[in-house]
Amino acid sequence: MFVRPFDSQQKAVPVVIDGETVMAAEGEMLASVLLRTVPFYTRTTPVSESRRAPYCLMGVCFDCLAVVDGVASVQTCLVPVRAGMRVERQHGRREVPL
Amino acid sequence: MIASVYDAVVIGGGLHGLSAALHLARGGARVTLLERSWLGRHASGASAAGVRTLGRDFAEVPLALEAMTMWHEISALVGDDCGFHAHGQVRVAENRAELQVLEQRHSALRSLGYDHEEIVDARELKRLLPHVAPHCIGAAVARDNGAADPHRTLRAFRRAAEAAGVTLRENCGVEAIERAGECWRLRTACGVFEAPNLVNAAGAWAGEVAALVGDRIPLGTKASMMIVTERMNPLVKPVVSSVGRPLSLKQTDQGTLLIGGGVQGRFDLKKEEATVDFAALSKAARTVSELFPVVRDVRIVRAWAGLEAKTVDLLPVIGLSPNAPGVAHAFGFSGHGFQLVPVVGAAIAELVLHGGTNRPIAAFDARRLMAKEAAA
Amino acid sequence: MSPGPDVIILGAGPAGMAAATRLRDCGVAVTLIDEQPALGGQIWRGIETSHNGPLENALGKDYRAGAGPAAVLRASGAELRLAAQVWQIEEGWRVFVKTGDAVGMVTAPILLLASGAQERPNPFPGWTLPGVVSVGGAQIMLKTSGQVPENPVWVAGSGPLPLLYMTQLLALGGRLAGYLDTAPRENFSKALPHFPAALTGWRDLYKGARWLWQLRRTGIPVISDVAEIEAKGNDRLETIAYRRRGGEWISMPAEVLLAHEGVVPGVHFTLALGCEHDWRDDQLCFAPRLDDWGETSREGLFVAGDGAGIGGAEAARLRGEITAIGIARRLGKSSESEAARLAKSPRRELARALATRPFLDALYRPRPEIFVPAAETVVCRCEEVTAKQILDAARLGGSGPNQVKAFTRAGMGPCQGRQCGYTVSHLLARQQDKSVGDVGFFHIRPPLKPVSLGDLAALHVEESAL
Repeated sequence: MFVRPFDSQQKAVPVVIDGETVMAAEGEMLASVLLRTVPFYTRTTPVSESRRAPYCLMGVCFDCLAVVDGVASVQTCLVPVRAGMRVERQHGRREVPL
Repeated sequence: MIASVYDAVVIGGGLHGLSAALHLARGGARVTLLERSWLGRHASGASAAGVRTLGRDFAEVPLALEAMTMWHEISALVGDDCGFHAHGQVRVAENRAELQVLEQRHSALRSLGYDHEEIVDARELKRLLPHVAPHCIGAAVARDNGAADPHRTLRAFRRAAEAAGVTLRENCGVEAIERAGECWRLRTACGVFEAPNLVNAAGAWAGEVAALVGDRIPLGTKASMMIVTERMNPLVKPVVSSVGRPLSLKQTDQGTLLIGGGVQGRFDLKKEEATVDFAALSKAARTVSELFPVVRDVRIVRAWAGLEAKTVDLLPVIGLSPNAPGVAHAFGFSGHGFQLVPVVGAAIAELVLHGGTNRPIAAFDARRLMAKEAAA
Repeated sequence: MSPGPDVIILGAGPAGMAAATRLRDCGVAVTLIDEQPALGGQIWRGIETSHNGPLENALGKDYRAGAGPAAVLRASGAELRLAAQVWQIEEGWRVFVKTGDAVGMVTAPILLLASGAQERPNPFPGWTLPGVVSVGGAQIMLKTSGQVPENPVWVAGSGPLPLLYMTQLLALGGRLAGYLDTAPRENFSKALPHFPAALTGWRDLYKGARWLWQLRRTGIPVISDVAEIEAKGNDRLETIAYRRRGGEWISMPAEVLLAHEGVVPGVHFTLALGCEHDWRDDQLCFAPRLDDWGETSREGLFVAGDGAGIGGAEAARLRGEITAIGIARRLGKSSESEAARLAKSPRRELARALATRPFLDALYRPRPEIFVPAAETVVCRCEEVTAKQILDAARLGGSGPNQVKAFTRAGMGPCQGRQCGYTVSHLLARQQDKSVGDVGFFHIRPPLKPVSLGDLAALHVEESAL
């Protein structure tokens, strides 16, 4: 969907998205990474479970929510990438562990 | 200006006003209801909508039990189930002393012949609330209790009242009330009304309305805060409260958690405003995350505070005015009026239409509060 | 506990940065808070980490101009709280902040909101599909990641931002499929009377004309007077369709659609704090009512930048300056007459910076279709409430936005009406034949951002420890 055509001067670091390791630039917004990672969505809605992807990238639409390092409903457009970050797409209503 | 004439004017478009208007209209009266802003603007729209006999003051128990029967057949009254589910209510004890409080209450209820509450042990508690913190040792449970959807309830009462012939007027604040022969004359933002009977269901402002007809009833104000979270998968079915701390927790049909229990926000009655105080609200958050540790990372989506009147003994005022002929009061529910809505409306209609009721409302006479003021 | 600052500023864009720098010059203790991890706001996103590479060249001179102010502010001694999310503001002014895992509170007698604008909600069928991204969002990705659409991309919308973005994209070797220009054709004649006054800002007009010319020169299709757009697909965007005013629907395959219909002031904070607002028909938005120094109807609460009304980066900077002068005067750092004298020059520059606005506002006035979307269009993205459901609820006798919210849940999701508020108000205004100003906006319930129960619980612990 989206690509980064340049060799960035930022450091490349691994991020794990739903178990799959992808490379990202340290400090870039996590939502950007999700928009170039198949399948291109971050969450399904709690109402109809339809897929959503980052839309506004500036913190006002809440469609880029995902589980980041175990914390759910994180706005990934506000989270800078760190090496080894673990991300899971968020499905439907929130679950809590029993 | 020519007055519009009715048999009864209901002041206040919360659920109690709507219920009184509905019952009055069904009883054959021509009724209009006046609401200063919009229906359900304050306590009714901000309610957690608990439908509970559990833990009620003994004076309220008979009315609450009758109301519970009505809730189980609420469709028959208003044509909609109001989102009511009887998943029970559970009052949790966190230690021995708290459990004793519940047990003592339980035997006192028994001796009065009531059996709507039961005491459960830690195991049954765990079955009812799988996510409850392990230090909780027991609870009082009322299995036929539950909760409704406040907005759906408002809509249902509104439609039923309209269908019964009530004229609902929003944005219609009462400015003055005076005696006009055998009638009360009300000057309002939307015209002049006359009626021999008035129902004062003005919630947080009911004291002001009472004063307009000559009743000085001292009232406090509650601005109870509520938290609603993002939508969750099923987590709790019953409504949960705690013996030792202010808490109420329930999960709505949409999956959101609704957390309240009486922590107080700030308010300004003149501006008709209640605002959330987050430092105070944090206590509710701490209570719920201690009783249900799994909810710690659940997001709060909204918080609000609703305004209503509170009496010194936390019991409502229900009954005819001691001074003003034809005036019935229904207010001061002090944070637990939602469940009583169907029955209080019925009682008020009887008072207005027949001058009396067989329902046990003696404990809610306004004079108990007025006497206290005189003594002070 | 150390004493708090004199002034808290929210937002480290042009307005907040200018205000903070100016206040530091006057010896005022300032805490500047921003959600982003670096200075710059949205307009200068990523400016502090940018280098002199092809990306910065493509982003242009106006973008690179942010580096200087950022460096000056860094050296000014203002306390910077970055990557800090403000989740609640209470009277007094108590600003509740979350930074990383820590929740805390900053207090100051004066609060300046410089939190800028957001893109205007732009509902059309399918706008929730993955693959539909706002132009502003795409530009942020460009600035922060050098990220572009993989394949030739369709852009649909109106206003300067799509033109700027497309220019930047082309400069980076990105590829456009075409531009669906949604500005109604009739706007042109309505804007013309404002043209002479706009000539004071000829530089901005020239810039815009150049973007348009560069776009035309590429030979990509530019389709004008587009009235309606639809995005279709199962789990992601597959097809887009459009209809020109009075024309037939035309559809084509697409993987990404970038959409934009202008920007509006971010009014959530000021609405939540009960400030007076006015409906601005020229910009079709609510804006807080401000005095000459940027003070709202609530004492000690100021607004500068695009949150005060859309004016662009230069106007935002100048409003930041002027507001800072006003705040310094309030704090007794300068006399009334001195403040008036100091503000003279920035006020003159502000007038110049705003000279093109009436022309641009008229030229890019949004098409009416975005305010009354087709019946099945999702209006509230969070709770998935359609235009029809909103109108039905209003018809059943809940007339205002707040009753509609209670009945339909529109505006009750995590975005708290940031994406549906205007649409709900417009739908009701249209149905009831009222002005949007009379219909009003949702009551904004706290918190301003969704904190967790655990965070809120931790706040209590911290307070009791004081």
